Amino acid sequence: MAHETPPYWDRDMRQRLHLGEAAALGELYDRFAPLAFGIALRVLADEDDTRRVTRAVFRRIWESPLDFDPDRGPMRSWIAAEAHRLAVDLLRRRDGGPDGAAESDEHVRAASTAARADYIVTAMPAPLRDALELTRFQRHDYRRTAERLGITEAEARRRLRLGLQLLSSAAAYRADPPREGP
Amino acid sequence: MSPSLSPREHQELMALLGAWALSACSREESERVEEHLGGCGSCADEALRLRDAATLLEPPGTLDLAPELRVAVLDDCFARRPARRPLPPWAAPYDQEAARLDALLRDMVEEEWRTPVGLRWFDGDAWHGGPTTVAGVIGHLLAVDGLLAAAVGLPERGTPPGAPPGAGPAGERLRAPDVDDWPLWREQSRSLVRAAAELGGAAGERTVPRAAFGDEGRFPGGEGAEVALSDAFLDRAFTCWVHARDIADAVEYPYDPPVGAHLRLLVDLAVRRLPESIAARRRAGLAMSSARLTSVGAPVRTLHLEVEGAGGGHWYIPVDSPAAGVSAAEAPEGDEAVAHVTLEDEEFCQLAAGRITPEEAASGMEGDAALIHDVLYAAAALSRP
Repeated sequence: MAHETPPYWDRDMRQRLHLGEAAALGELYDRFAPLAFGIALRVLADEDDTRRVTRAVFRRIWESPLDFDPDRGPMRSWIAAEAHRLAVDLLRRRDGGPDGAAESDEHVRAASTAARADYIVTAMPAPLRDALELTRFQRHDYRRTAERLGITEAEARRRLRLGLQLLSSAAAYRADPPREGP
Repeated sequence: MSPSLSPREHQELMALLGAWALSACSREESERVEEHLGGCGSCADEALRLRDAATLLEPPGTLDLAPELRVAVLDDCFARRPARRPLPPWAAPYDQEAARLDALLRDMVEEEWRTPVGLRWFDGDAWHGGPTTVAGVIGHLLAVDGLLAAAVGLPERGTPPGAPPGAGPAGERLRAPDVDDWPLWREQSRSLVRAAAELGGAAGERTVPRAAFGDEGRFPGGEGAEVALSDAFLDRAFTCWVHARDIADAVEYPYDPPVGAHLRLLVDLAVRRLPESIAARRRAGLAMSSARLTSVGAPVRTLHLEVEGAGGGHWYIPVDSPAAGVSAAEAPEGDEAVAHVTLEDEEFCQLAAGRITPEEAASGMEGDAALIHDVLYAAAALSRP
């Protein structure tokens, strides 16, 4: 379900990483490795390079946890932005030169859309997100979703449509990371 | 808007576009929407946009990350900035296996929680089996992990506040399976990992009372009052992996074995339990071979167990008395290896988990046939429900 990290989770995690707690890094990996990996893979379309970027993302937060500023946004967005930035860097180095550039831009655009969509899902109001995720990932029909959420069928229809409308705005943006990293 | 539709019907179909784009309508509703899209430009535009948007809703959990990546990422980090509160090497397999099972559960849809899972174990004499569900397996893990949690001083999970002592999950195995056990189990597994890091110590350095587990044969060391904390954590990692595999098999997901370094620790735990298990089957009159009386200074008879694969190695198991202890890697001087058995690492663990029979597990054997039979059945007898 929603990989939401409330602000106190973010602050607690930052503090545990700062204290050098190995178990905290494991928890952070479990929560965000699929996100970082997914974003990098969309940019790079290569598993070895994606693994390299994933390592770099976690190395960065483990080495300098205080670079993450909880007042400027959730840790999830920070990780997503770092994964995106490091992947684009690697892509530009990899496909450098006049021929590679156009293809790189295409990749970067597609990946930015995906990263932005991910950000929109995290940032949208919880009732919309819950309805979308329950329907999509639990493969429920909207009546079941309504039942699970304790809302009317009309309200479930409304939330699904509104949620997707919000999400569709992700595709309208151009190549920028979902959110500025530090 | 198609001419045949009233504005009210148009509104109604437009309101369904989100559910339609997610394939979450009834068949009849889908047909009505699609018919409408043919005649209504504005709805057709929106439908297309929402369908595209739905594809952006990729669940991140469907990315099946290789178990090696987690180990590589963490090791890489610790090499650059050593952890000030490191995780003891004996707790790393549990940390990793609990995380992997959690990721598997995240990938499952709600209906799959009711998938039947067949459990199988060997009690030293006969095979037993019991049907449960995915939810039932997680409830079981919650309960049994809870014994270790209690032994290291953590509060029990899954007990409603104010419930009488003993009403917790550990004392209540027959409770109906519950999806809600999942977050409780995960929270408990994270607490256990943190507790291991706080307690620390080398393998075997710290102990917990054997009585905390209510199952004497579960750990090496016979009837001693204490068991190594490191073994208790390895035992949880072993069980977690075995049950994760049961679940993955039931829902037909692929599931890799633990990474080599972890698998070797799990194999080693099972091997160290073998001498007691051999002796227990002899005491119960179930063995084909008999123990030779050992006298001080006489050569110890051993079985050379060769485990192949990334988690493998060589072990020399005393077959006459558990007192001698298992030696790893090199044959102890003066000992007499009377048999040699070769197995794959994963097969050996599956045998020790009671998931396969000795006949299915063994690949190469040489030497005293009765002894080999007894050692392999003693391995199967390590299994628990």
